[in-house]
Amino acid sequence: MRRVRPGAARGGAPRMLPAGGGQAEAGQRSGQRRRREARRLPVGAVRSAAPPAAARPAALALVTLLSFVSRFYRLPEPPHVCWDETHFGKMGSYYINRTFFFDVHPPLGKMLIGLAGYLSGYDGTFPFQKPGDRYEQHNYMGMRGFCAFLGSCLVPFAYLTVLELSKSLPAALLTAFIIIFDTGCITLSQYILLDPILMFFLMGAVLSMVKCNSCADRPFSASWWFWLSLTGVNLAGAMGVKFVGLFVVLLVGLNTIYDLWDLLGNLSLSLVMLGKHLLARVLCLILLPLALYTATFAVHFTVLNKSGPGDGFFSSAFQSQLIGNNLHNVSVPEHLAYGSVVTMKNLRMAGGYLHSHWHLYPEGVGARQQQVTAYLHKDLNNLWIIKKHDSDADPSDPLSPVEFVRHGDIIRLEHKETSRNLHSHQHEAPLTRKHFQVTGYGINGSGDSNDFWRIEVVGRRTGKLIKVLRSQVRLTHVATGCILGSSGKTLPKWGWEQVEVTCTPYLKETPNSLWNFEDHINPKLPNISLDVLKPSFAEILLESHMVMIRGNSGLKPKDNEVTSKPWHWPINYQGLRFSGVNETDFRVYLLGNPVIWWLNLVTIGLYLLIALSTAVTLKRGVQLTPELKELSSIVLRGGGQITLGWLLHYLPFFMMGRVLYFHHYFPAMLFSSMLTGITWDTLLKFCAGFLLPSTTARKVYGGGFLTLILLIVYSFYLFHPLSYGMIGPMASDPSSPMAGLRWMDSWEF
Amino acid sequence: MLGFLKKPVVVTAEINLTLVALTLLGLLSRLWGLSYPRAVVFDEVYYGQFISLYMKRIFFVDDSGPPLGHMLLALGGYLGGFDGNFLWNRIGAEYTLNVPVWALRVLPALAGALCVPLAYQILVEMHLSHCAALGAALLILLENSLITQSRFMLLESILIFFILLAVLSYLKFSNLPRSSSFSGSWWFWLLLTGAACACAVGVKYMGLFTYLLLLALAGLHFWHMIGDQSFSNVSLVCHFLARGLALLLIPLAMYLSFFYLHLALLYRSGPHDQIMSSAFQASLEGGLARITQGQPLEVAYGSQITLRNVLGKPLQCWLHSHPNTYPIRYENGRGSSHQQQVTCYPFKDVNNWWIVKDPGMQQLVVSNPPRPVRHGQVVQLVHGITTRYLNTHDVAAPLSPHSQEVSCYIDYNISMPAQNLWRVEIVNRESDSEVWKTILSQVRFVHLNTSAVLKLSGASLPEWGYRQLEVVGEKLSKGYHQSMLWNVEEHRYGKSQEQKEREVELHSPTQMDLSKNLSFMAKFTELQWKILTLKNEDTEHKYSSSALDWITMDTNIAYWLHPTSAAQIHLLGNLVTWTSANLAALLYACLSLCYLLRRRRQICDIPEDAWQLWLSAGGISLGGWAVNYLPFFLMEKTLFLYHYLPALTFQILLIPIVLQHLSDHLCRSVLLKSMFSGLTIAWFSSVYFVYCTFSPVTYGQPSLSASELRALRWKDSWNILLRKQQP
Repeated sequence: MRRVRPGAARGGAPRMLPAGGGQAEAGQRSGQRRRREARRLPVGAVRSAAPPAAARPAALALVTLLSFVSRFYRLPEPPHVCWDETHFGKMGSYYINRTFFFDVHPPLGKMLIGLAGYLSGYDGTFPFQKPGDRYEQHNYMGMRGFCAFLGSCLVPFAYLTVLELSKSLPAALLTAFIIIFDTGCITLSQYILLDPILMFFLMGAVLSMVKCNSCADRPFSASWWFWLSLTGVNLAGAMGVKFVGLFVVLLVGLNTIYDLWDLLGNLSLSLVMLGKHLLARVLCLILLPLALYTATFAVHFTVLNKSGPGDGFFSSAFQSQLIGNNLHNVSVPEHLAYGSVVTMKNLRMAGGYLHSHWHLYPEGVGARQQQVTAYLHKDLNNLWIIKKHDSDADPSDPLSPVEFVRHGDIIRLEHKETSRNLHSHQHEAPLTRKHFQVTGYGINGSGDSNDFWRIEVVGRRTGKLIKVLRSQVRLTHVATGCILGSSGKTLPKWGWEQVEVTCTPYLKETPNSLWNFEDHINPKLPNISLDVLKPSFAEILLESHMVMIRGNSGLKPKDNEVTSKPWHWPINYQGLRFSGVNETDFRVYLLGNPVIWWLNLVTIGLYLLIALSTAVTLKRGVQLTPELKELSSIVLRGGGQITLGWLLHYLPFFMMGRVLYFHHYFPAMLFSSMLTGITWDTLLKFCAGFLLPSTTARKVYGGGFLTLILLIVYSFYLFHPLSYGMIGPMASDPSSPMAGLRWMDSWEF
Repeated sequence: MLGFLKKPVVVTAEINLTLVALTLLGLLSRLWGLSYPRAVVFDEVYYGQFISLYMKRIFFVDDSGPPLGHMLLALGGYLGGFDGNFLWNRIGAEYTLNVPVWALRVLPALAGALCVPLAYQILVEMHLSHCAALGAALLILLENSLITQSRFMLLESILIFFILLAVLSYLKFSNLPRSSSFSGSWWFWLLLTGAACACAVGVKYMGLFTYLLLLALAGLHFWHMIGDQSFSNVSLVCHFLARGLALLLIPLAMYLSFFYLHLALLYRSGPHDQIMSSAFQASLEGGLARITQGQPLEVAYGSQITLRNVLGKPLQCWLHSHPNTYPIRYENGRGSSHQQQVTCYPFKDVNNWWIVKDPGMQQLVVSNPPRPVRHGQVVQLVHGITTRYLNTHDVAAPLSPHSQEVSCYIDYNISMPAQNLWRVEIVNRESDSEVWKTILSQVRFVHLNTSAVLKLSGASLPEWGYRQLEVVGEKLSKGYHQSMLWNVEEHRYGKSQEQKEREVELHSPTQMDLSKNLSFMAKFTELQWKILTLKNEDTEHKYSSSALDWITMDTNIAYWLHPTSAAQIHLLGNLVTWTSANLAALLYACLSLCYLLRRRRQICDIPEDAWQLWLSAGGISLGGWAVNYLPFFLMEKTLFLYHYLPALTFQILLIPIVLQHLSDHLCRSVLLKSMFSGLTIAWFSSVYFVYCTFSPVTYGQPSLSASELRALRWKDSWNILLRKQQP
């Protein structure tokens, strides 16, 4: 039993494992396990389940090769922008040009795309305006090749994961073939998208987690550390590409808790050892990913130092850091004083400046007084003068002493251009009927007591000064107790399609009712450079996350829009058009290979049935043969992990309010494919176990696998034009090569 | 023969006087002064409308939940002889004499009162001491927020009652000895569990959380039974089937029966008709049924029809056209075909009438016998008043430039030919040769030349289109969406070939004979779907709060203010109870974690049976709290403090459990024990003290002075109403 064929170990190690200290040892171990298992399995299954050890690296090489070939085949086509390439390609260009932009996803994925483009000689000049734009002379292959490379890695990752969990080569091969020949996976890997990058890190995390679990008998060995920290790195990567990476973090977290619980029950381990285990996991799975994740943001903000399309989503203080922004290198007085001329910016995302103009509210919309709105652009009409509520003395008189505005003061805001005061009263607001109307009132600065506002800074005590940019300010109307806010609704034509400003009686703290001061002019005060006010990295990190979360929850579907529903996905109900609509276009359609997807779907049900009956059998205390025991542990432990992964990557979408797309299912689809491999292997082994002559058993087992694989390859042959492109008549036309393949009415090819 | 005479005839009755006393106290606290105030209090303004509608048998849709709760409230009104005549228009309106206030409020109050003995029983069934059970009941009794909520026409107290009943009956059921399996009491408690769960879900969907908790618990218990080798396989299957019947099938059947009753009671058309499909409306008495009664069923060539959009969002509307044309240039500079506008119009109008025409024939009347239109056939739609043909072409629609403009074709003699052939596709057909039916068939109109689909885009046109809704031809039809479906609502067979006569005909009401009826299941599915998907405009409310505010009670709701004095009613909890409940939950979680980790290392701090009790009792209370509270963090609707009350009830049950555990297992010396009891009593008196302090705003009387009210404002975030000082 201890005898290991050294050739097998050496032959297996280099390809199965990337560089690492403990690989030779790991190779030896797996060799041992293979032999141990060989003795237990029925003779018939042995030959097919554990072929000569050299078959494994060969198989790995084969699937990797197939995977690369299938992903790189016809990669340059179509030579125009497809689907979301218009976003992510553009964002890659932004990195190369170093202009600041905003996206709802964390930056790592786009940074890698940008890097790939940069290294491959793309200069960032292609505008990526809309799908269908031709690339012409621009070098886009670097970015597509990078994504295709990562997409190709999914196959060996899935292969190794299944091999590790089920210890069965056919199961691993089946999984690999499913992913290789799935048209959806191929299409998704061939374009400049975040998904291949996300799935790369996700599968990397799963693989390293599984590998690390198998090293559990040698804790703190080099290979153990290697896989554990690699898990952490991959988690950081997955989180850094899209927030759905959180689900794989959850999966690893649950697995770790289970692991620690197991260790805790092991009484032969001392508490000190337990502490070490805990510490190692905290270090590798929490601190390391956090550090890396933060680092990606640090790089992001360092690289993007020029003003760009994303400025407006961020606070004024942040914008002052961007080269080219009109707040950059500006110097203004730091604290607000009476007589200062200011602009006020609403803190809601892409909020406007408090604005007024000579036009009145039309007849029938509240009181017929001057309009007050929020306006998104810089304008002279955004300027307001801060005055004391009780004195009309001109504070700009150079003789009078400077008096600062303090938290809790009651002030008046006079519009500089029209000399009217910011005013509110108990008339309903134009659009938000439950709020009060805000108007400009009075002549030359003299109004009434409805012009008085209390100015308060969030999180401060009375008497504190108010800082430009940094202070978040709330204006409370003294007479009615309502708060000045911007509802975000666009006014009709009479309001020049600017944004409604209201006074809300509901005293909730939302960004809608908070403002900050951006411009500040006061000749009596010394100007300081805005650098003093620049936010710290931690504040920037927090702010960018707030903005991303708000952006994500803002992606709501409209009422009359057809949207993809999560229940559509596993049944492959409807795909996505990547490119082309008409008969003459080069059409690419993202749709899973229906045979594979329906096989996966059936297998999920089958797995649940098998797992349930296994669990009940075990619970009833039925005595099992060693082979069946082995099988049942694979079903429950290995299959369970994968099923958990599928559930975690699928169920949360049912609770999401944002717009969903078909491609959100692909991470779950990978788990589903791995489950298919494991389940069919178990099922065939189980069935073959009943057949007595070992040759028949082997034939049934091998024949079953062969049928499945042939089925998959044949269906791929039928559906491959979906990913590699179709030109010519649509499938409804009998002369089309896809004729008769439109099995569901909802498919659009 | 007369053997029975030899022994005395004895009836032994065991009466738990504590239970009786608790019930009486509960009734006293909830029923005292129930008809005060004789004015609309808070959400009574909302539920009251539904009670009135029940009394008048008028159909309505309430998206807040299933109908059982509303029906129970209406039952009170029925018993009190309420005629439904009251205008529920504002909070604080004085009730007129015909409103039986006491009868309307008594059912929720009774439910609230019975929660007190239920809490006692639950803790007894969890095998806790009599003292702990008494403590739990008293805490529920003295909880101001529960009292306030049960004294008005509101649903929470009924919901909490059914939830507690379900928990109690499940505990009773699972505590029965194994020998009494399938006995009468075994069935009784099992069935009662299912029935109470169904009622809880039927009152509010929130009841689903507790139902799922109980299902999980039943599953766990059954899982242990599977592991028990002394059960035979057959008896296991029997047990499984019995549980499936009582906990799944019966609740489902009861849930359906609530809707059956609801639909049977409400047979008249009313204010919410428009939300429902034409078929549903036609099944109600009055309303649409009056118009559609006697229409021909099958649409034929020559039929005069109105077409209603199935989605009906943002408004229900009918396909419409009028003589005005699209402006030559839109404001943004794009051009149009300048042909006649086609819109979707939310009101009944003679311009909503269209005539179905066979492209191969000239006539616009129905031949004899009528030739019905079938799925897949091609028609032209002629606008009745202007006799122009429904048309679409490759011109961008006014507001949705990605779609095609739909117009009524005017021949300007420019190279823009008429493209007015439409294929009729019946989506809900059973066979491919099905006939197009009035009201029942949902139809897509597919344009023959461009394969665009007639669709309601949802945008409303500017002034030139009279703010009517835009209709477009959707080129990239992505699957089926209700905005692309249309159904015939009004229908008659056209008889006049002459335009003048036809106009008269179009103006005349439809009349012919044929009646249709929807099955209960079809009605149920539609109503259920509407309840689940109907989204009210997300309205801000002065007293709405976020789930995080509830746990520390940082918010309150003012329910009612006396029109002249300062008497007022607030939903405001007993702060001591809320804080202790939070502490108990925290302590329970910490202690459990500690025990769990130590047991894993084979260190048992408490005996096995105490551990089991700790797990099961705490699991139900803390689990009940968690399932009734945590889901609110995922909800996007407007939330109020009263949503927390079911969770709070469970959390309160946890206090005595933790207290008893502390005194039994952590106070090891007699001295400590007596000190602990002393502390408990002191704490209890503080609960009572807080109850008394806040009872004026719980019951709404007596009226307090301004300074007293100001003293009640223990937290800055509480909104206690102070009248402005009279000058």
